[in-house]
Amino acid sequence: MYDSGKIITGLVIFVALFASPFILNVGGVAPAAPQPSLDTPAIKDMETPVCVRDNMQQNHMQVLDLWRDSVVRKANRTAPGINGQLYEMSLSNTCMDCHSNKAEFCDRCHTYAAVDPYCWDCHVEPPKEGTES
Amino acid sequence: MKNDRRHFLKAAGVATIGLAATATAAEAGIADSALELVFGPKGAAPYADAKTATRWGMVVDTRKLNAESMEKLIEACNHAHNIPKLPLRKPHDKFNKDEIKWIWEEEFENAFPGQMNEKLPPKITQNEVLVLCNQCASPACVRVCPTKATFQRADGIVMMDFHRCIGCRFCMAACPYGSRSFNFKDPRKDGAIAETNPEFPTRMKGVVEKCNFCAERLAKGLDPACVEACEHGEMVFGDLNDPESEINKVLRNNYTIQRKPEAGTKPQVYYIV
Ligand code: SF4
Ligand code: SF4
Ligand code: SF4
Repeated sequence: MYDSGKIITGLVIFVALFASPFILNVGGVAPAAPQPSLDTPAIKDMETPVCVRDNMQQNHMQVLDLWRDSVVRKANRTAPGINGQLYEMSLSNTCMDCHSNKAEFCDRCHTYAAVDPYCWDCHVEPPKEGTES
Repeated sequence: MKNDRRHFLKAAGVATIGLAATATAAEAGIADSALELVFGPKGAAPYADAKTATRWGMVVDTRKLNAESMEKLIEACNHAHNIPKLPLRKPHDKFNKDEIKWIWEEEFENAFPGQMNEKLPPKITQNEVLVLCNQCASPACVRVCPTKATFQRADGIVMMDFHRCIGCRFCMAACPYGSRSFNFKDPRKDGAIAETNPEFPTRMKGVVEKCNFCAERLAKGLDPACVEACEHGEMVFGDLNDPESEINKVLRNNYTIQRKPEAGTKPQVYYIV
């Protein structure tokens, strides 16, 4: 074989580089999955803190999609929550009424998962606590 | 027996699939989710006091409007819908290419080119007219929109789903009235929206927008923002299919014109001049 020395050295370096993230992480632990904070005045004031829907952490993308089509396309703007009460299906005006802490609620997981949903390009964020009204 | 074994295996297979499907469906609420995907959120309904009609329409009484009152009505719409005020691109530009407008003032001869003649009384032709999307019964914009971002509701309102607009601007080319505006710039930048109304979204760069007959306010039982801001009935809003509605009374008792009826889009905004 010609140049076997060079080729094998090259291969070893390549494998070492390629595997370096795995090798370096052996014995390490993944950073803990973030918990969205539920510490907002509106949630603290609730007697039984229940969300409008079940399993929102897993399903909120699909739920928001359904809501959007219902509101924009069919003009059906309200739906009963799991407690039977009627809610407006609105991200800015229903979800964010309670979850007024976008940075600790939405962004925490979105940043961890490296997703960048463009909801807030148009929907208006609740004002940050401590700034104007 | 060969045959029996085959039957048994088949039946066992089907039973396993069936059992597994029911179990997963029950566990994850898949059946519910599937129903929601087809029929929308469970129990979704309009507000109980929503305003409904089979054909919304509007009458604009230009005799009652003046520069000052028009300004006020435009301001009401601009505030309700977070419409940005963007500056001219170059200081001496004749037109504001970045302007976003849902309702605006237009010279008579531009609003009604077909009805213009030199001998019309100046008190009519010198005044500017308040114009907005005509919520056409046969809307050109809906026909050309490749994504169905622009669509017509059963009550006649020509709506936009901003989520879906790809900014191709076919609708702007199709609309004979210039009722649509394109966001060349991010409307949130540079404080172009003086006071944001948190109840309504803003738009983003690359999206088209226009008057939506205040569908979001009708849904809550309110009149359109511009109509609500009228002090002397300058604009009348109502159901054109209801013979007893106020708008039909006004239409029966006044001579009205439409903008460019020759375009064939069947505008549903009527003007008393
Ligand atoms: S710009 Fe948007 S609304 Fe207009 S035709 Fe294209 S996709 Fe449809
Ligand atoms: S006025 Fe223009 S934008 Fe409005 S419905 Fe008619 S064609 Fe469409
Ligand atoms: S009906 Fe609503 S959206 Fe249309 S011009 Fe009037 S205030 Fe604006």
